[in-house]
Amino acid sequence: MNRFSVQIHGWLLVLPAAVLLAAFTHYPAVATLLHSFYSTPKANRPAVWVGLENYRAMTQDPVFWQVLGNNLWFALGTIPASIALAMLMATWVNGKLHGRAFLRLAYFTPTILPMIAVANIWLFFYTPTYGLLEQITVDLLGLPSHNWLGTPSTVLACLIVVTVWKEAGFFMIFYLAALQAIPPALAEAAAIEGASRWTYFRRVVFPLLMPTTLFVLVNAVINSFRLVDHIIVMTRGGPDNASSLLLYYIYDVAFKFWDSSYASALTIVLLAILASAAIMQFAFLEKRTHYQ
Amino acid sequence: MSAIGLRGVVKAWGATRAVDGVSFEASAGRFVVLLGPSGCGKSTTLRLIAGLEQVSAGRVFIGDTDVTDMPPAKRQISMVFQSYALFPHLSVAENIVFGLKVRRLPAAERHTRLARVAALLGLDQLLGRKPSQLSGGQQQRVALGRALIAETPVCLMDEPLSNLDAQLRQEMRREIRALQQQLGITMVYVTHDQVEAMTMADQVVLLRDGRVEQDGTPEELYSRPATVFAARFIGTPPMNVVSIPALTGNGTLLGVRPEDIRIAACGAGGGVAGVVENVEYLGADSIVSCRIGAEAMTVRASRVAHLSPGTALRLSWPAEATHYFDAQSGKRVERAAPAVAQFVA
Ligand SMILES: Nc1ncnc2c1ncn2[C@@H]1O[C@H](COP(=O)(O)OP(=O)(O)O)[C@@H](O)[C@H]1O
Ligand SMILES: [Mg+2]
Repeated sequence: MNRFSVQIHGWLLVLPAAVLLAAFTHYPAVATLLHSFYSTPKANRPAVWVGLENYRAMTQDPVFWQVLGNNLWFALGTIPASIALAMLMATWVNGKLHGRAFLRLAYFTPTILPMIAVANIWLFFYTPTYGLLEQITVDLLGLPSHNWLGTPSTVLACLIVVTVWKEAGFFMIFYLAALQAIPPALAEAAAIEGASRWTYFRRVVFPLLMPTTLFVLVNAVINSFRLVDHIIVMTRGGPDNASSLLLYYIYDVAFKFWDSSYASALTIVLLAILASAAIMQFAFLEKRTHYQ
Repeated sequence: MSAIGLRGVVKAWGATRAVDGVSFEASAGRFVVLLGPSGCGKSTTLRLIAGLEQVSAGRVFIGDTDVTDMPPAKRQISMVFQSYALFPHLSVAENIVFGLKVRRLPAAERHTRLARVAALLGLDQLLGRKPSQLSGGQQQRVALGRALIAETPVCLMDEPLSNLDAQLRQEMRREIRALQQQLGITMVYVTHDQVEAMTMADQVVLLRDGRVEQDGTPEELYSRPATVFAARFIGTPPMNVVSIPALTGNGTLLGVRPEDIRIAACGAGGGVAGVVENVEYLGADSIVSCRIGAEAMTVRASRVAHLSPGTALRLSWPAEATHYFDAQSGKRVERAAPAVAQFVA
């Protein structure tokens, strides 16, 4: 075979995957970007070029700003908490502990469950009057009754707790793998040098977990902008948009108000946020990260 | 004063007794080698001294203190691991001063000590590097530096040279020995390599299946092995331990080192008759394998290039080079050597 036919063969081999990727990933992404510069087509009025009009409208959309704020709080509430919890659980489960195989499974269970199921479980916890939370706070502690999901001031926190519970087990698996790659002799060397368990963790384990933390962090950031299942099941963004996140708002705009151009513009903003977050993380953390 | 003492130390994991009643004493400033084949409990013994494992029975003393129930950090020891156990994310300097920082020594003191240790080990140029940027020998030095900077009276090493090539191993052997003598540290050094033990040690504790087989100076181990096992473990090639009832009577084994045997032509008088099986040429000398009746013996001799397999010859050795062991217990038997005297050339 000459070089030319080798090239042809190569391209033919990647063609099916390339076609699928282009048709279902690249084309929609580019189309979304284009749509965001047009008006939404109506029955009697085709789409026309409006330039940045959709983006200008966005800056004056109070719901957009509220939803963006919610999303930032949501990210702030879920990311550090789920990462810290994952690290804690992994360290705990990695130790010489009786029944640790069972613990690992227990911690990992929320990850296996579909988000819809998780949301349903927690929906019961939060239910007013006879939910688990109410049973504890009202019946046991004698506190006044509170509608956790029905109050704007507490609904977002409730969703944050659900998400942390769901994500920590997943991240724990990565930390567990990283912890098991650390030679036990390091702990012994540190112990002989007089380091307490905490000093050893802070000065040795934590830095050695940095590559994992970076990976987990990127995933956590993406997830905090990507998860909508639990909102759909538990609150539908309410009350009064207090629990609506960016992606859920896009879903609302696109499939309830059928404003596809505005939804496209919102999608582009979401993508921009995610891309810049990822770039910043790699740029800043890469330097402070030790790869073995 | 003894710097280290083990009294009846036992370490059992379930039914396996990795260390089974080990006792020995080492006086301060001595270089003690724990020697033995793989799996005989050397590392476990060392880890019991370090406090990385808890004894099942017995006591461990460091200095005059019973440290059996103390954590590693309280035992005034430093340790070099077989894998070096360097912290991969820390620079050489940070690795070395890790313990001083943990123990909150003032920065000035840390710097003086670091400078001293770096100069001692020739690490000055490497202080800013990460362990992954160092060769095996350099990593070894850093591990050594981390142990020395603590200035503890006792230093423990677990096969520290096993990851180095032969050339470097010899260099480091000399260097470690020199440092130990210069600094007056009590060293407990684990190895399975008898050459390492013989060249470095003041005192060798030979272990077998978790028990002490012999405890003495390298000279004692070489010249008066306490058991057949010790006799066969020390020396290259090891001592010939054979059963020749004609020479020793029944129930006794005869031991003689290959380098103590002289070869004479077949016609010469005295000695035992043998046949050459194989000659291994080593340069300065050769290892000649001979068959004597049903037994095999190796001889270390020079200028024997003319010997070829099948050559008949006579082997002889001086009376004082003859060792006797009880065939049943394998223990050394002291006896004069009348039966052999007639064979001495
Ligand atoms: N943590 C452990 N659990 C069970 N058995 C062990 C453990 N560590 C060592 N052993 C056993 O103890 C014996 C001695 O081991 P070790 O001290 O490492 O030998 P050496 O260092 O002389 O090669 C071996 O048979 C080994 O399998
Ligand atoms: Mg070992």
